[in-house]
Amino acid sequence: MNEQVREIGTQIKVTINGEEYTARRGSTVLEICEDNGIPIPTLCAHDDLKPAGICRICVVDINGGWNLETACTWEVHDPDTVITTHSPRIRRARRAILELLLAEHCGECYTCIRGGNCELEDLAEIYGVRDLRFEREDPRFEPDTSSVSIYRDMDKCIQCRRCVRACDELQAVGALGVFGRGPESRVDTFEGMSFDEAVCTNCGQCVAHCPTGALQEIDHTRAVWAAIEDPEKHVVVQTAPAIRAAIGEEFGLPPGTSVTGRMTTALRDLGFDRVFDTNFAADLTILEEGTELLLRLQAALVEGKDVKLPQITSCSPGWIKYIELFYPDLVDHLSTCKSPQQMFGALMKSFYAEEQGIDPEKMVTVSLMPCTAKKFEAQRPEMADSGHQDVDYVLTTREMAQMIKEAGIPFTQLKDSQYDEPFGDASGAALIFGATGGVMEAALRTAYEIVTGREVPFENLNITATRGFEGFKTGSIVLEDVLDEWSFLEGVELKFGIAHGLANAHEVMERLRRGEMDDVHFIEIMACPGGCLGGGGQPIPTTDVIRQARANAIYSEDEGLPIRKSHENPHVNYLYEHYLTDGPCGHRSHELLHTEYTPRGFRLKK
Amino acid sequence: MKATAGVDWCEVVDALAEKHDRKPHALMGILQDLQMEYGHVCPDAQIEVALALGISPTHVSDVISFYHFLCSEPKGQYVVWLCQTISCDMADKDQIAKALSDELGISFGETTGDGLFTLEYTNCMGMCDQAPAMLVNDEVHVSLTPDSAREIIAGYRREGGLG
Amino acid sequence: MGAQMVLGPYTPGAAIDAALKMKRSDVVVTVRESGLRGRGGAGFPTGTKWMLAAAATGDEKYVVCNADEGEPGTFKDRVLLSDHADLVFDGMAVCAYAIGARKGFVYLRGEYRYLLADLEATLERMREENRLGKSIAGKDGFDFDIEIRLGSGAYVCGEESALIESLEGRRGEPRIRPPFPVSAGYLGRPTAVNNVETFALASRIMEKGAEWFSEIGTDESAGYKLFSVSGDCENPGVYELPMGTSINELLTTVGAEDAVAVQVGGASGEMVTRDAFNRRLAFEDVATGGSVIVFGPERNLLDVLENFMDFFTDESCGQCTPCRLGIRRLLNGVRDLKKGALSADDLKMLRGLSKSVAISSKCGLGQSCDTPFASILDAHLKGVAQ
Repeated sequence: MNEQVREIGTQIKVTINGEEYTARRGSTVLEICEDNGIPIPTLCAHDDLKPAGICRICVVDINGGWNLETACTWEVHDPDTVITTHSPRIRRARRAILELLLAEHCGECYTCIRGGNCELEDLAEIYGVRDLRFEREDPRFEPDTSSVSIYRDMDKCIQCRRCVRACDELQAVGALGVFGRGPESRVDTFEGMSFDEAVCTNCGQCVAHCPTGALQEIDHTRAVWAAIEDPEKHVVVQTAPAIRAAIGEEFGLPPGTSVTGRMTTALRDLGFDRVFDTNFAADLTILEEGTELLLRLQAALVEGKDVKLPQITSCSPGWIKYIELFYPDLVDHLSTCKSPQQMFGALMKSFYAEEQGIDPEKMVTVSLMPCTAKKFEAQRPEMADSGHQDVDYVLTTREMAQMIKEAGIPFTQLKDSQYDEPFGDASGAALIFGATGGVMEAALRTAYEIVTGREVPFENLNITATRGFEGFKTGSIVLEDVLDEWSFLEGVELKFGIAHGLANAHEVMERLRRGEMDDVHFIEIMACPGGCLGGGGQPIPTTDVIRQARANAIYSEDEGLPIRKSHENPHVNYLYEHYLTDGPCGHRSHELLHTEYTPRGFRLKK
Repeated sequence: MKATAGVDWCEVVDALAEKHDRKPHALMGILQDLQMEYGHVCPDAQIEVALALGISPTHVSDVISFYHFLCSEPKGQYVVWLCQTISCDMADKDQIAKALSDELGISFGETTGDGLFTLEYTNCMGMCDQAPAMLVNDEVHVSLTPDSAREIIAGYRREGGLG
Repeated sequence: MGAQMVLGPYTPGAAIDAALKMKRSDVVVTVRESGLRGRGGAGFPTGTKWMLAAAATGDEKYVVCNADEGEPGTFKDRVLLSDHADLVFDGMAVCAYAIGARKGFVYLRGEYRYLLADLEATLERMREENRLGKSIAGKDGFDFDIEIRLGSGAYVCGEESALIESLEGRRGEPRIRPPFPVSAGYLGRPTAVNNVETFALASRIMEKGAEWFSEIGTDESAGYKLFSVSGDCENPGVYELPMGTSINELLTTVGAEDAVAVQVGGASGEMVTRDAFNRRLAFEDVATGGSVIVFGPERNLLDVLENFMDFFTDESCGQCTPCRLGIRRLLNGVRDLKKGALSADDLKMLRGLSKSVAISSKCGLGQSCDTPFASILDAHLKGVAQ
């Protein structure tokens, strides 16, 4: 064992189907086969998750043993390993497993949201399943439509448990578990609660990891079609930063293809009256949230007040629900800023409606988000500061792609176009909100300059310490030669932390509770691994390789933009001059752009 | 068996966590104690167990659902587990089942109206040399005949009526 | 009944005293030389298991006694724990000494909760006699204690990695193996999991020596074995017989001369028909954890098969596809066959499915389903019984 551990990573020779291959010692048979283009069917395996070895579809023969082993779990340590990936008994075993799953899988493929992108359907095609040797089973479940974000149709569940494992391993939420045992077992919530009552953050990572259509987003496309097709309605759409780096995947473009201009054209073609960039509101968020941080620091350092530090970001609605459920006593650490989506919505039905002379009652605000939790956020009762529901509908990247396809718009061939004014231009700082660490980098670019009058001291404004997919990153920046009005910050080392994925957020909050975060001033937390670019509403699949490609697209687009800092966004400055005239964190912005939280906990309500 | 109404589960579970440990590996012991004491582990108790051990409530309830002798819904004061596996089956367990069912007026999987008895099947309980056999809560009864089964039930009925 | 070598009189502490006269490594060597193989059914050499656990690195190591005796037709562990608990617990202490563990668990199936009070009393007495606790039997640095943990009704927890999952507070679902418990078991630490009878035999081997044990039985299956005999026989009960005893001899001993078939090894074992009663009860022939169920000429063997498939369907943990969904198909097929509603093609398909389930399942439960399915079906088709 110890010898094996020491030897992991060295190159060894293995035999697969009679051919010799070189492999990294300790890698799984599945990894070796993938590296060498040898097809192995999988269902329960996912690059984001620990191997489980439970669907058994990937069985292979190892050294001619009497039974088969799963390629996804079998680590090759022995240089003499002889692997067979196809043989009569392997084919028969895999086919039996597939047919057993298909006989239990109830639902019509042509009405399924995952039609054409279903791993079970793909295997049925590869195995040429034309009929089943087993009698089909009857449906066992009623679909759960209770959640405003996530729809469950457990008759399509194949019990690969990727949702359960994503919810546990990546998100530390534990909304889903496996109940009962044997053929009666099922994936379900605590005590079989409906999803709206369950301890669920609506993040949608379960959806993003489901191989079939058992888990999907609650559909808003029909409502949006109705709005677009209603001539009485003025329908505006805002698009989140992470969409443009991902939606191309739905049209066959490689991950990391930036399609901002084609996307705006497509949305206009689809019939939206105005196409706006959520990035405008992201810039606004930086000014509000940065100012809030400086005010908290002032209160703490100068006035000796008991304000909560570190301040934690509030852009990610999955994270907000997480802290409300799991750390209800710590919600005061959250910035009171609404997320960019909700700031945008509130301004749309107030400022924009007034400026354009549109009756907000006749406006429909749609947002295009990489996120299922945004659907929940949009309908929170407090999100109506414009006097109306600020955001009416939220479409995921996947839903929007489907609408574009349905309309027959040739997405990949479209010409680029710009966003509409007055919310057209935004900074690169806003764009990088889509990646983990982006909010922090954007905030530092602005806060540092406000306090010192100088740009952040990093080449090309790229604060690399905030970038990358490490679960929890920390860093600091020393404030020196500050402007007179910020003299209390002279010499202060501003410490920051960045976490993504709720399992990492959990670690951060446990450390915070133990007092290990007392010297940290500002923490960015995003619910989903990788940040919004890995959101639960993004194209399926999403893996680390794909996340990295999307991040690269976002960062390179940032570098090419003329404006890189939120406080230089001319539209934001116009807004403060003409509408939010008492400035960031002023009275009016508090009314429209800030919010409060619900300490939920998860004890049952009596 | 204690009643669950008005119980301060936070307090009860805290005492059990003190006894067994406050780590996930203490879960089975705590659930078994709750099951013995209250006849089931209600959702409120499950949530307190989750909080005490730092695990999710879902985890607690999925574990309960896995084990035949744990449940989250109340059962009768006496749960009669008749062995249905091969040696007991060959020793005419069906006759015992019929006697129990007739005596209690319920089918397997049901609880009597007075809340005294629940009838369940269980798998091999290791009494194959003295088949047919059954457990009533954790007491073993072997070499059953329809008559002895009825007598055993009568005995518990007297005991339960007194309690 | 039978030899009464294992189940005979025992002076509590004798095994520990004998072991402590040896170096730790010599205890392992003695167990290896005895030829003792795991008595739960799989037959892994006990000495090798202890050697691996002793060699594994870990800040803590554990000894686990698998008292989750759930295989249909098995009850010899119940008898050992009822009447010979000292022998079992001393064996655990011997193992602890050999591998360097300070903590042991008995995973006692929930069905045996009624034994708990007596077992706890035995442990308490052992502590008083310094057979558990600090510096056991005066040996400096040999600290060991045993905790009894209960199961709650799940056959699959008899699989050692599922048992450990249950000990850790989870559903009893078998783990991915390797790594095996000897290197990464309870809480990820080296853990020697052995059957109740294995520990009892380890005690006897300490007491009487490796040769006493290895001389009995066959070359590949040394020593005595406890057999749990039930079903159609005059004298059901636990019998102690040398490994390698033929089925005929056993049936004569228990008063079952008119038997037409026996199921050896419980629901997961093999059905042997009268024409093969000269086969031997040993790892190299008909392997068994000790369950022997006897069937007379009046039995319908399809009823037996249905009972077993129902059992597996009920006890499958549900995590892997072939076991979760495949075994129920086998059960339904048997029911159809009983009704005469199964075509020859369907039967052939089910036989193939059974093989596929066996070779592709994650743990021993699904892996063993084909043994009873194929052998009982064959016995039925041969028409040996009704």
